[in-house]
Amino acid sequence: MTNKEYENYYVPSQSHWPIVGAIALFMIAVGAGNYVTDLSKDQSGFGVYLLLAGIALIIYMLVGWFTDVVNESLAGKYSHQMDHSFKQGMSWFIFSEVMFFAAFFGALLYLRVFSVPWLGGAGNNAETGAVLWPDFVAAWPLLKTPGGTETTAMGWYGLPLINTVILLTSSITAHFAHSALMKDNRRQLKVWLGITILLGIAFIFFQIQEYAHGYSEEMRLYLTSGVYGNSFYLLTGFHGMHVTLGCIMLIIMWFRVLKGHFTPKNHFAFQAANWYWHFVDVVWIMLFIFVYII
Amino acid sequence: MTTDVIEQESHDEHHDDHKMTGIKRWLYTTNHKDIGTLYLWFAFIMFLTGGAFAMVIRAELFQPGLQLVEPDFFNQLTTVHGLIMVFGAIMPAFTGFANWMLPMMVGAPDMALPRMNNWSFWILPFAFSILLASFFMESGAPNFGWTFYAPLSTTYSNGSTAFFVFAVHIMGISSIMGAINIVVTIMNMRAPGMTYMKMPLFVWTFFITAYLLIAVMPVLAGVVTMLLTDTYFGTNFFNAAGGGDPVMFQHIFWFFGHPEVYIMILPAFGIVSTIIPAFARKRLFGYSSMVYATASIALLSFIVWAHHMFTTGMPLFGELFFMYCTMLIAVPTGVKVFNWVATMWRGSLSFETPMLFSIAFVILFTIGGFSGLMLAMTPVDFQYHDTYFVVAHFHYVLVTGSLFSIFAGTYYWLPKWTGHMYNVTLSKWHFWCSLISVNLLFFPMHFLGLAGMPRRIPDYALQFADFNKWVSIGGFAFGLSQFIFLAVIIKCIKGGKKAPAKPWDGADGLEWTVASPAPYHTFTTPPSQADIDGIYKDEH
Repeated sequence: MTNKEYENYYVPSQSHWPIVGAIALFMIAVGAGNYVTDLSKDQSGFGVYLLLAGIALIIYMLVGWFTDVVNESLAGKYSHQMDHSFKQGMSWFIFSEVMFFAAFFGALLYLRVFSVPWLGGAGNNAETGAVLWPDFVAAWPLLKTPGGTETTAMGWYGLPLINTVILLTSSITAHFAHSALMKDNRRQLKVWLGITILLGIAFIFFQIQEYAHGYSEEMRLYLTSGVYGNSFYLLTGFHGMHVTLGCIMLIIMWFRVLKGHFTPKNHFAFQAANWYWHFVDVVWIMLFIFVYII
Repeated sequence: MTTDVIEQESHDEHHDDHKMTGIKRWLYTTNHKDIGTLYLWFAFIMFLTGGAFAMVIRAELFQPGLQLVEPDFFNQLTTVHGLIMVFGAIMPAFTGFANWMLPMMVGAPDMALPRMNNWSFWILPFAFSILLASFFMESGAPNFGWTFYAPLSTTYSNGSTAFFVFAVHIMGISSIMGAINIVVTIMNMRAPGMTYMKMPLFVWTFFITAYLLIAVMPVLAGVVTMLLTDTYFGTNFFNAAGGGDPVMFQHIFWFFGHPEVYIMILPAFGIVSTIIPAFARKRLFGYSSMVYATASIALLSFIVWAHHMFTTGMPLFGELFFMYCTMLIAVPTGVKVFNWVATMWRGSLSFETPMLFSIAFVILFTIGGFSGLMLAMTPVDFQYHDTYFVVAHFHYVLVTGSLFSIFAGTYYWLPKWTGHMYNVTLSKWHFWCSLISVNLLFFPMHFLGLAGMPRRIPDYALQFADFNKWVSIGGFAFGLSQFIFLAVIIKCIKGGKKAPAKPWDGADGLEWTVASPAPYHTFTTPPSQADIDGIYKDEH
């Protein structure tokens, strides 16, 4: 292989963004640690301010870092190989996110298949049930915990179903936006990407509505309502956070499209945001099946 | 920030290398060699810190009865010792090796994502400052063991658990980014002509390790998050009263934890598989079987986690399943040990310090592997569980396994890193002192465990007194021996005999085709096909 066909791989020289990011994460960790600790003691301290400052700093860092990357990209410093690095990096990042959700889905599975039935006396646990909580009835959704906390279950129809349709549609519109970009049809690109963002915002809005409904006197479904409430809010909550993040990414992409960024051949950032969006969509389908329907 | 492109001509070794000076060089660097150095020094400092805790633990256990520290503080020491050695010493040391060596071994100009590389490193000092700072908090440091089982870490935890959780979160972010960088570098940055099966085995082991990291670090993040909400926000994942199960914590934790132990040993396999052929002056025996064995170990590591939990009252089917799967791991591991021995068989062996550590690795790691097999047997494990036998087992694989490979690798590549040869006499002192003391330290623990001495307890019954005394003496001696290591390294950085580009006549690999010390930027243009094809030369 000759060196002639080798494109130079861009290695940036020094950058101050990583250390800013590390300090930001430090502030977030210390701030959140203080805040949570104070919360448990009913005190208030500096934790929340440090946390917010850390979040502000990391946003500043991300904006600065990505601005540099965008400028480098526009300046044509990136080779084909660099594009591959970014794509692979993003794919593996999404894989790590999948594994993060896998931990919570695994917990849900364990609770439903093992933990709750065993508390009800299944398997070789008849005596556990009889001695500790003789009145406990194992069922899912777990509406009455062994300790006696009662709640109601969130149905799959209504808001969750609407949200499923919204998110599925948005995945399709995101794909249309990508196709439009590939055909270099900027007008369609803006429209489809815009629709995707609006659908994403609608999803978040309905999700908040659903939480408000869950926390109402009528439902009394709280984060603390036994493992049903625990897994419901943690799974949908983390999903909601990821939708929010995906939405922010798409909005940034929309503004970049307005500025004339991206070509049919060179649009890694757009594609990454799109992949992320499809990922949150797939997670939602899993959620809808395992948290709501079954 | 400066964004100037590293010019094409900078592969000229004497070219201006865009190095900042002073602290900014280290804070802002995107250079894989700088970052590798940072990782290695950080790991060494953490190793001494965690080692200091171990010294206090051994001093307390020198005699029966309570003499030096309060039991609660003892618990904090064992916990933070474990956390620091796992996440602060062994893993960053391997990441340091990866940073230094991978780009050179695959003929790449740098890691694939150089800025993210810097971020991965600089998170670590902050994460560990948080962990260490918790010693000075009112409530003290985490005291529930490095495995932080619920309900010790939830209902019965002290006030610093939130800090522990967030420290683990950010060190997890660091590990994931570091691992993504390694995977992408290997997949995308190999020099043209270097196919997967031409990669040095060192590269393969880091490739597979990084994949394991990306797969399981998020699970650790998930489980500490549940722990946080259980402790502070009223959830009941690990509390039966709310429908949860404390044993579920162990399942999720060990789903992370078991691949984690392979994360700490697979790179060691890679290092040893590089060094043994070099000093046996033969090709590595069974290269492709080594690759497949590494991959099988990694895959199996996902389905053996509950062998840490045989005594939790799992259904019989579970006990059997996890027992047999665990034993299955002995097969690919046996392939590896066989290959190392076969590589040495009829080779022209010479015993430079890296080789000494590698041979010690093969023998002592195998002892650790065998005790692991004993622990894998469910009925037998009922007796061994939570005794010093377990402590002996995992210290044999982690200290005489992982740590010895780190020593071996350090001696092997020090000439490349510093441009000087290390002091041979001192390094041999380091080896022999470490070898003798480490066995005095950990071997008697097997018998203590078999006789029933429980781990993580600051006191013990009188009949264990003699063995514990010797174990402690071994511990202090091993701790002191590491200062010889420090001395060798500092001397080597400061000066010493000038190292040639390839100081080991039997060594293979692209890293030996560049000068010693390695220039700041290497392979800005890819190496020649002849160099790549020459990675594994034929037997002499």
